[in-house]
Amino acid sequence: MRLITHNMLSCNIKGVANGFPLLIEAGKVIEKEVDFNPDFLRHMFAKIEWKALVEGARSMGYAELPEDSPDATVLDSDESFLKKLHHALLELHLEEGALVCPETGRKFPVNKGIPNMLLHEDEV
Amino acid sequence: MKMKLKQLESLLGDLEQFSNPKVELEQYPTGPHIASRMLFTAENSYGDITDKVVADFGCGCGTLSVAAALLDAAYVIGFDIDPQSLETATINAEELEVEIDFVQCDVTKLELKGQIVDTVVMNPPFGTRKKGADMEFLSAAMKVASKAVYSLHKTSTREHIKRAALRDFNAKSAEVLCELRYDLPKLYKFHKRKEVDIAVDLWRFEPRQI
Repeated sequence: MRLITHNMLSCNIKGVANGFPLLIEAGKVIEKEVDFNPDFLRHMFAKIEWKALVEGARSMGYAELPEDSPDATVLDSDESFLKKLHHALLELHLEEGALVCPETGRKFPVNKGIPNMLLHEDEV
Repeated sequence: MKMKLKQLESLLGDLEQFSNPKVELEQYPTGPHIASRMLFTAENSYGDITDKVVADFGCGCGTLSVAAALLDAAYVIGFDIDPQSLETATINAEELEVEIDFVQCDVTKLELKGQIVDTVVMNPPFGTRKKGADMEFLSAAMKVASKAVYSLHKTSTREHIKRAALRDFNAKSAEVLCELRYDLPKLYKFHKRKEVDIAVDLWRFEPRQI
């Protein structure tokens, strides 16, 4: 699981009001290099929840992103920023660990890179 | 390099399919012929795949996910409820050296944050075993896609699908792109004939912008 996916997932247990973003418990993180696509990154920058991304990346051992969402002008002026964004969004994989609901503490296990978001019968 | 339709079809022909299909989930493999045409049309006629975020609902062994990745989608996510299928899908992605995220979940209960997904591609259950499963998938897909949903449905349900999409699922447009033959090999005991050949429509739905 990479961090774009993490940016969309939330805990949908019945009655949970703040199930986003899920906390990451990183067991094993791997990095895989992929092609750099600046246009895609600019497009994604406008859509992602910045705070969820920064915290997610940090939990996975990557602390290079600025705490506060930078001004969009940085996308055209600062290639090193784009490279960091690229790495965080597309090259970090959570292989083993868990996603944890921020409200209830319910753990969704991640095995072989696949988060199991299935809810139990008494949670729907 | 631009991938040709024949190349795509041939690559998809090598993928592993369900080893133990589960009847309650209506697990039918998406054949390489249909999968390649579906994704090729989505890209060549509408530009909905390359450089886009593509989600595959009920991805099974990942045929449509892999096809999207081969056509250079920027990010592909496959969702399925069945862990065995996802395991096969992971192997298929590795085999063809494409990066795909897989998530185990019930697609019909999925609520994704934000507007990140551009395009949903899917071969949903036809709703013959569990009535209405096809509509639940379509409803979920329309909530997630910001650009378009591509889906396969039985031709016999065409009017019903169109009406529901426009009236209930917030579709701006619902269009049948082509009619295909779906050759189902005899997978289950209740199939009396050796092969079941059904007519399916390839649909393109556009969500209304919110």
